[in-house]
Amino acid sequence: MKTRQGTVAVELTVNGEKRVAAAEPRMLLTDFLRHGLGLTGTHVGCEQGVCGACTVLVDGQPARACLTFAVQVEGGCVDTVEGMAEPGALSDVQQAFRAEHGLQCGFCTPGMLASTEALLQENPDPTDDEIREYLSGNVCRCTGYQGIIAAVRRVANERKAASRDA
Amino acid sequence: MKPPTFDYLRPDSVAEAIEALAAHPDSKVLAGGQSLIPMMNMRLARPTALVDIGRLADLRGIEANGSLRVGATATQADVLGHEAVGRRWPLITSALTHVGHPATRSRGTFGGSIAHGEPASELPAVMLALDAHFTLRGSSGERVVHAQDFFLGHYTTVLAEDELLVQAEIPDASGSAWGFGEIVRRHGDYALAGAAVRVDTDGAGRIEEARVALFGVSGRPVRSTAAEERLVGTRLGDRDTAVEAGRLALSGLDVASDSFVSATYRQEAAATVVERVLLDAAARGRGEN
Repeated sequence: MKTRQGTVAVELTVNGEKRVAAAEPRMLLTDFLRHGLGLTGTHVGCEQGVCGACTVLVDGQPARACLTFAVQVEGGCVDTVEGMAEPGALSDVQQAFRAEHGLQCGFCTPGMLASTEALLQENPDPTDDEIREYLSGNVCRCTGYQGIIAAVRRVANERKAASRDA
Repeated sequence: MKPPTFDYLRPDSVAEAIEALAAHPDSKVLAGGQSLIPMMNMRLARPTALVDIGRLADLRGIEANGSLRVGATATQADVLGHEAVGRRWPLITSALTHVGHPATRSRGTFGGSIAHGEPASELPAVMLALDAHFTLRGSSGERVVHAQDFFLGHYTTVLAEDELLVQAEIPDASGSAWGFGEIVRRHGDYALAGAAVRVDTDGAGRIEEARVALFGVSGRPVRSTAAEERLVGTRLGDRDTAVEAGRLALSGLDVASDSFVSATYRQEAAATVVERVLLDAAARGRGEN
């Protein structure tokens, strides 16, 4: 049995890189990423699992970083918005959000992007209803959702076209 | 807010987990944490130790031959995506689409949702409708408890402090008509009122057995015997009977008001949702949806 008391070192693979930082068992993955590793792209909204701003991928699956203790996913892989593209560049999902006005203030965007990646992984060609259903756990308070849904639609279409051409 | 401090224990077996629970009287079991962690973030729960069973592979299995056996730490997403569950226990699959969101179902567990004992959550009522039973293992051995006897009240079940829910077993439900519905403010929220029904009919479409389970209306999920008795012997899909069963659904129950809705609203909502799911069950049988 592994027992963790006080402050311990927690190792995770974050965006493909092995990272270690000190954490108490009670440290949420949001705070581990932001304060422990300086990755402030993961946003903290409600801190009770409702808003979805802190959504990241844990071992490829979407997860609320505010409802996960860092120590729980010790040794696992976490992907955040910082790892979606090289610095200065945008991923296809990020580009589509920009093109379709899928963001204004940007607070919900890192979570929206993570959920979008997970959705398209699971279902590369979702209907608008499926997109709405999947993103229902991510709350946006400024754009409304039309632009966001259009962005997801756009990436799905682009990826489909790219795989046809390949 | 941030959760209070606790010691974190990660046992390597179910036996070790039970030992750890027995050795730490104020401990809680941590599986997916999707209900426990928000309560800790808001400091509504302050366990001094968490026993993380999330990595115990032998609690994660899903077997669907004859009955359905779901290990306590199978995630809600695992069960939702399981082909045989979708085919033979569509009531479970349908209910799971209402449990949180993809990003909580990927970590939230089937067993956790049951053991947590939230009265407005979907799976406990579904377990009642499907006549499930649960295997509990603790320091003094193993016992089997029927869903009917498992839930006591708000966040309270018959689980002892050193006991772990290890498996839910659900009898074969193929051939039954079923319905599931809830009234919520937003998709993925806890229900203001909801119903899960399983109905068996004879060759002529007359109801032989009806199980009507309600959630969100009381301190624990409940079966409505009044609605069930009204339904037996009638034709599934009869609109007047469905309306009446809805009206009867909450009779004898103490329905609570809360900060969201009044008891009167909740009663209306429950009546409507029972009526709807009964008609849905019949329409599904006729291949209309």
